[in-house]
Amino acid sequence: MKIKREPMKRISKNSNFIAGAVLTGLILLFIIIGCIHTPYDPEAMDGAGRFAGISWRHPMGCDNFGRDILSRVMTGAGTTLGVAFATVAIGAFFGVIWGAFAGYYGGLLDEIFMRAADAMLAFPSILLALMIIGLFGPGKYNVILALGIAFVPSFARIVRSEFIRCKNMDYVRSARLMGAGNLRIMFVHILPNAFPVILSSVLIGFNNAVLAEAGMNYLGIGVMPPDASLGRMLSEAQTYIFSAPGYAIFPGIVLILMILGFSLLGEGVRDN
Amino acid sequence: MSGQERENFLLTVRNLNVFFDGKAKGLWKQKEKIQVLRDVSFSMKRGEILGLVGESGCGKSTLARTILHIIRDYQGEIFSSAGCSQMVFQDPFGSLNPARKVGWILEEPLKNKGGMEKDERRQKALQMLKRVGLDEKYADRYPRELSGGQRQRVAIAAALMLEPELLIADEPVSALDVTIQAQILELLLQLHKEMNLSVLFISHDLRVVYQICDRVMIMQKGHIVEQGETGAVYENPQAAYTKELLAAAGFSED
Repeated sequence: MKIKREPMKRISKNSNFIAGAVLTGLILLFIIIGCIHTPYDPEAMDGAGRFAGISWRHPMGCDNFGRDILSRVMTGAGTTLGVAFATVAIGAFFGVIWGAFAGYYGGLLDEIFMRAADAMLAFPSILLALMIIGLFGPGKYNVILALGIAFVPSFARIVRSEFIRCKNMDYVRSARLMGAGNLRIMFVHILPNAFPVILSSVLIGFNNAVLAEAGMNYLGIGVMPPDASLGRMLSEAQTYIFSAPGYAIFPGIVLILMILGFSLLGEGVRDN
Repeated sequence: MSGQERENFLLTVRNLNVFFDGKAKGLWKQKEKIQVLRDVSFSMKRGEILGLVGESGCGKSTLARTILHIIRDYQGEIFSSAGCSQMVFQDPFGSLNPARKVGWILEEPLKNKGGMEKDERRQKALQMLKRVGLDEKYADRYPRELSGGQRQRVAIAAALMLEPELLIADEPVSALDVTIQAQILELLLQLHKEMNLSVLFISHDLRVVYQICDRVMIMQKGHIVEQGETGAVYENPQAAYTKELLAAAGFSED
């Protein structure tokens, strides 16, 4: 018989999970504080303070319009996280439904669903999102929609393989004998067994979404000025990379920490 | 067969044939048909324990699945007067949903049936747990926290939640230790008496079948080669295959 370890003990030995949780927790705390209070109005310009260096009054300095970078990083990180969250939610929701039907029913339905997914996966997700933006026009909500759609097939693949693994298990046969319908078997019996895998890919998806959001903003099609987002700030900072390196460094550091946190958390969940 | 005769039996199977698709030999050729069950005919009385014995791969599980309509593609006739039939699977590590607690697993059949309040369902689940010899506290455990024997008790309890008249037990003790086997067999016998449960007991182990079955059928390559009262078959086997099996299991021929 397998000896079962207590979940808490397992987690306490999982250094990836702990490091990821701590890092993500700190970033979330930073963002939450940013929602409630920022040292300065992130959109307030101050002509005299252009490219102000690091000081007690402006711990990260000021940008080309004299806006406080710390304040903008705080709200910008929130925007980036929000976009990433919405994107992953859309991708995971439709991906789960898509993959569940394809994996559970198999046959022709599976073939059609998965070839469609392959066609979507054949394009880089940024390119696919750019095409959708081309159709609907730029803006925060269109970026969410575009990236969300681009994320659906990768979730569908993962969920499909989990459903294929589970659908021939005896507990599924037994559930059918006991009167459960197909939808109930799919979403009440099988889906909970796919949760660990879905959770881990949600966390990895978060990373990709944060990066993709930053990438879209860098291309100038995401959040519209004067709103802040980490990608937007990086894109604006590139002109002043030598004269005011702080403008690019601080948003970059927060972006990296955010991604690192989610990566470690994702690996930790997978190892569990 | 008259309706009167049908009434007397819980289950009657006539000339049952089941084919599976084999591999196609060429790209354009039709798939080869493999015959899994050949002309299977038998009747099962109410309240008896009927044994089905044969080597693994001989079609025992296929027969069980066809009776339960898990396999729908068959030729022949199956008459069942049992209001509800349920199955206990061989491997108690695969037949219980690992993501759900024991209490949930037991309540699930009642939920699907409908017409019962939450408290009532819970009450019934706890009663059934006691009935199969498990403490109520196991309702809040996950299957992985239970031993093989305990899990098989839960699987039996889940199968009995809908009060079936026919229980098909497909190798229910083969995955268990010998000492645990005896306990589960004891439990099945006890439930059989208490609930007037008819059991189709599938096994490859002639000793186990001898312990609990009233009648026994011997199956070879999808065909039933011999059936009769357990004592008669074991003492005076007719088919060569039965003699072979009995000799292999260490039953002397005198």
